[in-house]
Parts: sequence; C-alpha cells; structure tokens
Amino acid sequence: MENTQNSRRDFLKAAGLTSLGLAVGISGFTRDASLKKIAPAVLKLEINPFIIIDTTGNITLVNPRPDMGQGSTQAVPSLLAEELEVSLEKVLIVQSDGMGKYGSQTSGGSSSVRELWMPIRKAGAAAREMLTTTAAKRWNLPAAECIAEDGKIWHKASGKSLSYGELADDASKLEIPKDPKLKEAKDFKIIGKYNKRLDVPERVTGKAVYGLDVDVPGMVYAAIVHSPMIHGKVASIDDAETKKVKGVLKVMKTERTMPHRTSEAVAVVATNWWAALKGKKALNVKWDNGDYAKSVDTAAYFAATYEAAKKEGVNFEEKGDFSAKYATAKTKLESHYETPFLAHAPIEPENAVVHVKDDGNVEIWAPIQGPDWAMRDVCGYLKIKPEQVKINVTLLGGAFGRKAYHDFLLEACHISKELKKPVKVIWTREDDITQGPYRPGMLSHMQGFVEEGKITGFHHHAIGESIVGQVFKGLKDDEADPWLSEEISTGNNKYQFGAASKISWTNVKTDIPVVWWRSVYASNFGWGQECFIDELAHLAKKDPLTARLEILPDERFKKVLDTLAEKANWSEKLPAGTGKGIAVFKSFGSISACCITVSKKDGGVKIDKVVSVIDCGHYVNPDNVKAQTEGNIVMGITAAIKDGITFTNGICDQSNYHQFNIMRLNEAPKMEVHIVDSGAVPGGVGEPGLPPVAPALGNAIFAATGKRLYKLPFDINSIA
Amino acid sequence: MAVYNLLLNGKKVKVDVEPDMPLLWVIRDFADLKGTKFGCGMALCGACTIHLNGQPARACQTPVSSVGKNDKITTIEGIGEGKMSIIQKAWIEEQVPQCGYCQSGQIMSAAALLKSNPTPTDADIDAAMSGNLCRCGTYDRIRKAIHRASEEMKIAVR
Repeated sequence: MENTQNSRRDFLKAAGLTSLGLAVGISGFTRDASLKKIAPAVLKLEINPFIIIDTTGNITLVNPRPDMGQGSTQAVPSLLAEELEVSLEKVLIVQSDGMGKYGSQTSGGSSSVRELWMPIRKAGAAAREMLTTTAAKRWNLPAAECIAEDGKIWHKASGKSLSYGELADDASKLEIPKDPKLKEAKDFKIIGKYNKRLDVPERVTGKAVYGLDVDVPGMVYAAIVHSPMIHGKVASIDDAETKKVKGVLKVMKTERTMPHRTSEAVAVVATNWWAALKGKKALNVKWDNGDYAKSVDTAAYFAATYEAAKKEGVNFEEKGDFSAKYATAKTKLESHYETPFLAHAPIEPENAVVHVKDDGNVEIWAPIQGPDWAMRDVCGYLKIKPEQVKINVTLLGGAFGRKAYHDFLLEACHISKELKKPVKVIWTREDDITQGPYRPGMLSHMQGFVEEGKITGFHHHAIGESIVGQVFKGLKDDEADPWLSEEISTGNNKYQFGAASKISWTNVKTDIPVVWWRSVYASNFGWGQECFIDELAHLAKKDPLTARLEILPDERFKKVLDTLAEKANWSEKLPAGTGKGIAVFKSFGSISACCITVSKKDGGVKIDKVVSVIDCGHYVNPDNVKAQTEGNIVMGITAAIKDGITFTNGICDQSNYHQFNIMRLNEAPKMEVHIVDSGAVPGGVGEPGLPPVAPALGNAIFAATGKRLYKLPFDINSIA
Repeated sequence: MAVYNLLLNGKKVKVDVEPDMPLLWVIRDFADLKGTKFGCGMALCGACTIHLNGQPARACQTPVSSVGKNDKITTIEGIGEGKMSIIQKAWIEEQVPQCGYCQSGQIMSAAALLKSNPTPTDADIDAAMSGNLCRCGTYDRIRKAIHRASEEMKIAVR
C-alpha cells in the first residue's frame, strides 16, 4: 500500500504534468469492451483512463479489482505487461476509486481475470500497435520489421530502438486500433508462468497498509454498540460510566444500514479506540427487541426448511417428468443435507475511516471489495453525487464476501456527518461474529433413482433464504433464485440424467442478515449434490468415480476427474478403516474436484491427505491458482468440521474465535493441488476450489466408516 | 494517564496513556508502528504477536503498565534489525501470504520458535504455531517456510 500511495502520487503527477502521453481507456469490463482513446487534454482534467504511458516511459494501470489476498494486484497488471512487452515491475498500480468511468470494480464472483482477460489485453495490444506504428513511421520503415520488447520498439535488422516514453506523445495522436492482434498463448512470457507476487515483501515486513492502519489527521475513533438481536430499537442509554472513561468524547445514537433494513445502534466516540472500546463496555443500553427472539433463531429457521422440503418448490429447471418417474422408480433414495450459517470472520475486522467535511464533500479510506458499490451506497445514503466523494481503497485483511456489504462504512458516514471530523469505526471481533451478515444456512432436499446400475433420476430441491431476495430485494415469491444457474443447474454442472432431473427452489425467509460467502450457494449446495451423487452411486453398486463419469459426458469434467484419480491414486487398495471420497463441482467458470483420504482414529477420523484438481482455463500465475485452492481446502474443511453460527432466541451463540473456531495450523492436513491446462477461456480461481471439499470429506468418511453424514458441521473426532 | 518509557525495537519511546491500555494499541496508535494487528482482542488469533524479551506475547493482552522500561519489545518492524530476516525471506520464497494480515503475527511466532529450536519438527511447528489463525488458509506454506528458514539458518551458521 505504501507503494500504491507512492504510485498514486506519481500517477497524479503524470496525469497532471505530463499531458502528452498515450492513454488507452476501457469502457466497461466486458469481453467485447470497445476501446476508446482518452485525449491528452482530458488528462489535465484528471479523468483518468485505465492505462497511461507517459512521456517518461512510466506505465500506470488503474486496477479495478481490490486485493483481498486473491492476488489481483499481480493478475491484472500481468495481462497488460504481457501484451505491452514490459516486465511486471514496470507497471505502476493505482487502485480505482469507484467512479463510474471505471465500470465494474468489485472483487467478487471470482471475476478479476475472467472479466479483465480480454479488455486489459486488448488495451495493451492496442498500445503496442500504436507505439510500433509510430516508431516505424519515424524510421520510415515498414511496421512489420519492428517489434516491441522490454519497453521499447526495436528495428530487428538494424538493432535500433525507441523507448515507449519517446514514442508516447506521437502515438497518442493515432486512432486506437479496433481489433489489435493479441499475442498467441504459445508466445506468453508472463501469463501462465510462475512469478513471485511483488506485493509479498510489504506483507511480511508489516509495511502493507490495510484499512485498520489508516491514520488521518484530526481523526477520532468509534466503537459501536449493536443491537444484540440485530434489529432491536434503543429503549434507553445510560452513559454515566462511559463518560468517566478518559478519552471518551461523545456517546451518540447511530444506525447500522444494511441493504434491506436499518438497525439502531449507539456509538462511543473517543480520542483513541481503546478508550472507545472501554466506553462501549461501560455503556448500559436497553433494547426493545420486539418479536426478534422468534424470527432471529436458527432452529426455527431450519425447522421451516424441513417443512418446506415436504412440499413442491418452484422449478428452476426440469428435464422429463421427474415426479412421475420417481413415484414409480424401483431403486430410489431420498435425503436431506443441511449446511449452517457461517461468519466470514476475516482476521481484519470490519473498519472504515470516513470524513464528511463541512462543505459536504466526503473522503473515505476503507478495506472494501468494491469501490463502485461503495460509491453507490455512500451517495445514496448521504444523498450526494459521486463527484463529491473520494474513495481510497486500502488493502483488505481478508474479506471472503463480507467487505462488499457496507454497513460498517455507512456507520462511519453517519457518525462523521454528525461530528464533521474524520472518524475511524472499528468493529470488534464480537461485532463481526454476532452481527453478520452470514452465509445463509441451507437445506438440500435430494431425491434420485437408479436404473440398470446407472444414476438416471435426480432432483435437488434447494431451500433457504435467498441472497438475491434479501440483499437486492430482487426475488419474487413464485420465482426460483436465479443464482442457482451458476451453482447447481445441470447446464453448469453438466450431469446428464437419462430418465429425468429437476432443480427446484423454496425461499424460506429469515430476519438473520445474509450475504455471499466464498463460493456463495455452491458452498452450501455442493454438499448436498455431491454427497447424494455418492449415495446414488452406492445404490447403483458402482464405484463413485465410475458412476460420475457415466453421467458426465463433458470432456473437461472427465479430464479433471481422470487427473484427480491419477494424482490421488483413487484405485489403490486401502486398509480397513481407511477411505477415499471424491467430489466435483463447477462454479464461477471453473471445474474443481477433490479427493480426501481419511482413516479411523479414536472414535473419529483423521484426514490423511487432500488432493485437489482445478481446470480454470487460462490462468495468470500457477502458483497463485494453487495458493487459492489450498486456501479453499482449508476454508472448505473448516466449514465442514468447525463451528457454524447459531442463534437462540434472537442471540448469536458464538462471539469470538473460541466459539466460532476456524482451522488452526496443527489441524491442517497434507494437501496437493494440480492444475489441468485446458487452455479454455479463463474461469475463476478464488472460489471454485471450495465447493467439492466438504462433500469429498463426507464421502471419504462414508468409505472409511460406513457412516453417512448429512448435516454440517460435524465433529470429526466423534463419528459414531 | 501516565507516562511510560518503552524500549521498542531498540529505541526508547515515551508514551502518555492509560495504564490498562494494551501494548497493541500503544504500539499501533501511539508509537505509530502498524505492522502489529488487531484480530480478536482475546489472545485467540495471534495477529498481535510481538516479542517481549525474546518471548512471543499477545500484545492485545499485555497492559502497558506491565512492561518495564528495560523490557525489550520487538515487533515485525524490528525483527530483521533493519534488514529482511531469513524468516521473512523464506516467507517470500514460499509465497506464503495471501491477504497477509495475520502474517506479522505468524512470523513473530515462527521467529521465536526458530530461536529456541532452530531445527523444529512438524510436531514442534504444530505446537508453536497453533495459536496463530489464518483465515486465508496459508498453513501448508507457513510450515514449508519455517522448514526452509531452518535450512537457511544452518547454512548461515556454517
């Protein structure tokens, strides 16, 4: 971040003082994004394009994907550096600021490389062509005799060269080529190759600047007392003890604005955060909780999901008449698979610095996944225009979906608007765990049948709270959640069931706030789908791998499973009490499969090894693909065997890491990740490795112990 | 409020704070060293790990008043004494961090381990490192980096 701040200054200097440069902008981040040149005159006005090559040869990229650990500050500039024929070190990175001209800027949906693959490369290739044309003209030589390499255009025969800086001014006068020639994959020097992340040194020396590390002159700190039942109203505030705490400046009512509703809260503002926290602990707030003890309750919620499973849902897709065929099927099975609510629990808690100034302008420093969404939310909340808001995105100390939900940011807006000072809001871990939003708990009601030893009938009834419905208020009662297409649709997951199949949905609503969590619904429904396929394979008396391959005609899925079988030595003879389980799932454009080996130990099982395979199409850095997949193995197993979030009578039963345990180093199994090089269009990397992990574990436990597990989380040390 | 003289990364630092303020907030907001992180406030996550006289300590549970003026406090900023330590280099070689937020604490715990036990086994690493949470899931690489640092330290000694 220190680097980023420096480069930000360099960038502004470049944009302001070096008006004569080549600038290529991208309008909208879609694969067919058209390229448009930003005129040098515009640069003076600081309407920043994405890519600037100035006359000193500096190359600046405005990165529209905040880095929460997924490696976007390497992946995105790599796309540019590759086409521009410069080393990665040459590209200065500036984080985009949420202004509309940068289009979509949210790290989410494993979208960085997927969405930027073509537009950034096209922009780089266009710039390369313009620089080449300019050099050729200056030399009065055919452009075909000139090549770009190492930040210069070279004339091959004579060996003479001109740097990009020397050419940028003249090049900027050319029309941008509409269809620049992209490099062929075989010529890639950066994409697909191992490269160390340049941001790692600052992350091991304590120099990286996360949201929590922002200091602004004149800043005050706030700790927030949230409603214990999330939606309660403040009945009374007794701040006598709080006001005795040295450093406490003010106790004030504030509000927690979630997308679907706003809760009351109380802020304790102090000269330092420790004082604010002490003041918070000393504060006595009485709450009017209405009926929330009933509606903020996970047992009641899950009871409603099991009730819903007894009825027909809304069809998302149906092939053949499943119900009729299921009714008459001879060899059939019905199961219910449950997944809990989960907190994201990034180690950096939610925090933000906001300064609502006297003139109404606002400056923000925050660890947020999407400055574009933050801009929308802040402008809507404060009723101001984007031109009045400056958003500085810091590094994110983990996010996993949580930091694209701006309740904590809007709290800072509310308090700063009142105080007209820069305010740093820091949530405690207890705020993070007890307040949500959470991954919704879900129920998968499964039905299926086999005919002649083959799985031919399959029904997945997905039941639970809809993120689309609650967060975006975008789901009608008679409509299936559209996000199922990315998750469990047969169009996505490619299973072909010979007789009939159905995907259906029932929305069971809750007052517990929900949001996307790493791999979204796939993290829930992968458990049901892949454990049930395993059950059906056993019902068909088939090896679980063979049974899957029989109903997966797709070549990429086959290759992923074949690779997994080989790398995990699927066919090896295992001693009694040891078992392997597999699962495969496609999400966010990538196919991932996982094989877990477990063995019985002291009444439970021990995870001996995890092998994951991913086909994410073209990728930027194989080491980062592996790192993300390793992270997904850890988070996937954590979600299976560590704590879920439960609410009893309106109160969250967990409060900190001693009750919401996450996997520790001593519990991390041996793991291997292998990449299938399909050369396909890039898929996601940050999330797709997660969904197959829990079902692979459940299936392994069945193989080792004969015990089929249906409900997450479970105690791995006690498999009765 | 009270004045405390601290020995922080070899430098004398004077702060005027409440006696019960944890060293974490003193270091971060009064000595302006932001590398030590807040994660849980209950010594459950290890993000705030520092060294107190060479021993790993959780800064979020260490009141400033419990620290004497001659007690040596070391943070991630002081671990390499101005240079990148062998451990930090090993972290880079193994490309350990994802978000990196917990890694200051991880490295401080690993440094204390390697100081007392330069050739740790996997079981030693388990025992020393299980107090440091990483939500990104970099544990496999942390283990590799500690083994790598251990090897590098042997070479450095020779």
